[in-house]
Amino acid sequence: MLRIKNLHSKIDGIEILKGLNLEINPGEIHAIMGPNGSGKSTLAKTIAGHPAYQITDGSIHYGEKLLNVLDPDERSHLGIFLAFQYPLEIPGVTNEDFIRFAYNAKMKFEGKEEVDPINFLKLLLEKMQLVGMNQKFLARNVNEGFSGGEKKKNEILQMALLNSSLGILDETDSGLDIDALKVISIALNKIFNQDKSFLLITHYNRILEYIKPDFVHVMVNGKIVKTGGADLALDLEKKGYEEVI
Amino acid sequence: MSDYKNELIESLVNDDYKYGFETRIEADRIKPGLNEKSIREISNKKMEPAFMLEFRLKSYKKWLQMQEPDWALVNYEKTKYQDLVYYSSPKSKKKLKSLDEVDPEIRKTFEKLGISLNEQKRLTNVAVDAVFDSVSIATTFKSDLAKAGVIFCPISEAVIQYPSLVKKYLGKVVPSGDNFFAALNSAVFSDGSFCYIPKNTVCPLELSTYFRINDKESGQFERTLNIAEEKSRVSYLEGCTAPQFSETQLHAAVVELLAFKNAEIKYSTVQNWYSGDEQGKGGVYNFVTKRGICSGENAKISWTQVETGSSVTWKYPSCVLVGKNTTGEFYSVALTNNYQQADTGTKMIHIGNYTKSKVISKGISAGSSKNTYRGLIKINPKANGSKNYTQCDSLLLGKKSKASTIPYLQSSNPSSKVEHEASTSQIGEDQLFYFLQRGINVENAISLILSGFCQEIFTKLPMEFAIEADKLLSLKLEGSIG
Repeated sequence: MLRIKNLHSKIDGIEILKGLNLEINPGEIHAIMGPNGSGKSTLAKTIAGHPAYQITDGSIHYGEKLLNVLDPDERSHLGIFLAFQYPLEIPGVTNEDFIRFAYNAKMKFEGKEEVDPINFLKLLLEKMQLVGMNQKFLARNVNEGFSGGEKKKNEILQMALLNSSLGILDETDSGLDIDALKVISIALNKIFNQDKSFLLITHYNRILEYIKPDFVHVMVNGKIVKTGGADLALDLEKKGYEEVI
Repeated sequence: MSDYKNELIESLVNDDYKYGFETRIEADRIKPGLNEKSIREISNKKMEPAFMLEFRLKSYKKWLQMQEPDWALVNYEKTKYQDLVYYSSPKSKKKLKSLDEVDPEIRKTFEKLGISLNEQKRLTNVAVDAVFDSVSIATTFKSDLAKAGVIFCPISEAVIQYPSLVKKYLGKVVPSGDNFFAALNSAVFSDGSFCYIPKNTVCPLELSTYFRINDKESGQFERTLNIAEEKSRVSYLEGCTAPQFSETQLHAAVVELLAFKNAEIKYSTVQNWYSGDEQGKGGVYNFVTKRGICSGENAKISWTQVETGSSVTWKYPSCVLVGKNTTGEFYSVALTNNYQQADTGTKMIHIGNYTKSKVISKGISAGSSKNTYRGLIKINPKANGSKNYTQCDSLLLGKKSKASTIPYLQSSNPSSKVEHEASTSQIGEDQLFYFLQRGINVENAISLILSGFCQEIFTKLPMEFAIEADKLLSLKLEGSIG
């Protein structure tokens, strides 16, 4: 499904990814761990197509499509969802409108009929229950006045609505209290199925106790240097990166 | 900022100015230059009564002693006043008896602008006065309005037909020596609209003036006078466009509003003068003085403006709240792009007891433009229990544009309350990426942001124009994307 070969990517002239290889198949959950500055977020943003990150070599394929040449919105329509580490605040745009526009953009891409605001609200409220979000966050501007936890829930809400096939979760667990982590993990498990895959970027084993990864990768200096099963994460937490790799 | 982003923003903001065409038409113009002789010639051409010539000459003398203001945050090459043509009028062979006799070329011009001079095809409930260069071409629905006692006509006609009204009120709200541009306007003003709503009358139609600069070398100096007698009500809208010339053009207008006891005037502007090209060449200098006086108790004046055009804007629609319990409002959206510069805002002068004012200003800056809100709230010592609320929001698109907020607060009355809120937000690369990552394309992202940001102002526009204003803003930023 996702095939990354020898990926090199730079920002502001500095190479961050230095020949990264990764393959993720449907039904698989992958976790990427690694010390600060190893390029984990760069990988997430490069896959999603952030304009500041430039691919200098290698390829990213999603299904049959070569992502390198596609705009970020096209990648989104193909099923790639990036749950941001720091979800952005959008002044003047209500959360409800934002999510509806996103949903209808996808409907349009798939040649389906767009949903009017009234019917969309029903759909939205249903999914909000899944992530345990209060309705009051719909009328607020996107992520404005949201707590850290609410921002992360809002990301997962969007992923659920867009029904994306690849969820890239960039430190979704960071800054969450235990209850919020639990709610979000349960929601993620409900969203997950054999046609989907997750790429979890994390520093902690904690979230992996709720969402069992099939593979754990260790990333250092722009490359994946070690791959193992769920046990690797435990090992890392006990011994630290230096000893394990 | 990455190239990708720059390209994106550039493709968004490179709009095609669809009103930039020029109508080729024979014009009756006077020689360039400003002096007593040219002023006498204007007055003579308009067959004005003596008091008008006197008013003009007095204003001219004041103007000669004044300096062009330089305190606004705008840089521009000063107009060469002696090179301008101060009167230009489409040549017409005979006096028009009906709207059908309007020159077909001019009629076509207005049709192209979406303004129908044909009463059959009228916009719902809107009477239009169309001003082409210096001269009012046609006023629709005059007879319908007359039935209600409302006078709505070109001011040049009012000078002749209702001289006592004009003499009584002209220059009473904006004195001819008020400022450099007001003095210039008072000396040479060409045409504009006159509107008089008698006592106890709700104006049955939305009144609208549509201004069009066509002539290349002529300045446009229109004058609007709007009087709402006791317990009357009127809503007025002006729209402006100009052809695309590489030279700059000067537009120095004066608008005077007078609301008596219990009267209400709502004055809306959708300004889309040519704003110059992407390099900042050409465009209209929009130096305008707009002021309203709420003279009687409970009177209300409300300004709404959507400013999207002009290369330089210098404009502060104001309210002087004299009567007890009067209300002044100012709602503004000012959008600047490329090299446009806007220094705009309002003045609210609280004189009477329990006067209230509200100011909501939204500035959007894109490209390398400069956008400044400048506002004065003045509470006089005797204005007991007065209140002001001001909110200024700025939105920056990209990283090259600038926004400034300059509020002046002068409160001399301890029982009064003044509130000011301001915010600045930026839509940068990361926010746009957030939209894109969710599958929302750039065009939709920008239009969502703009609609949300400006909604509060658009709801204040007459319904017929709210949708148009929304479209206009998107067009200004979206370029080819319709």
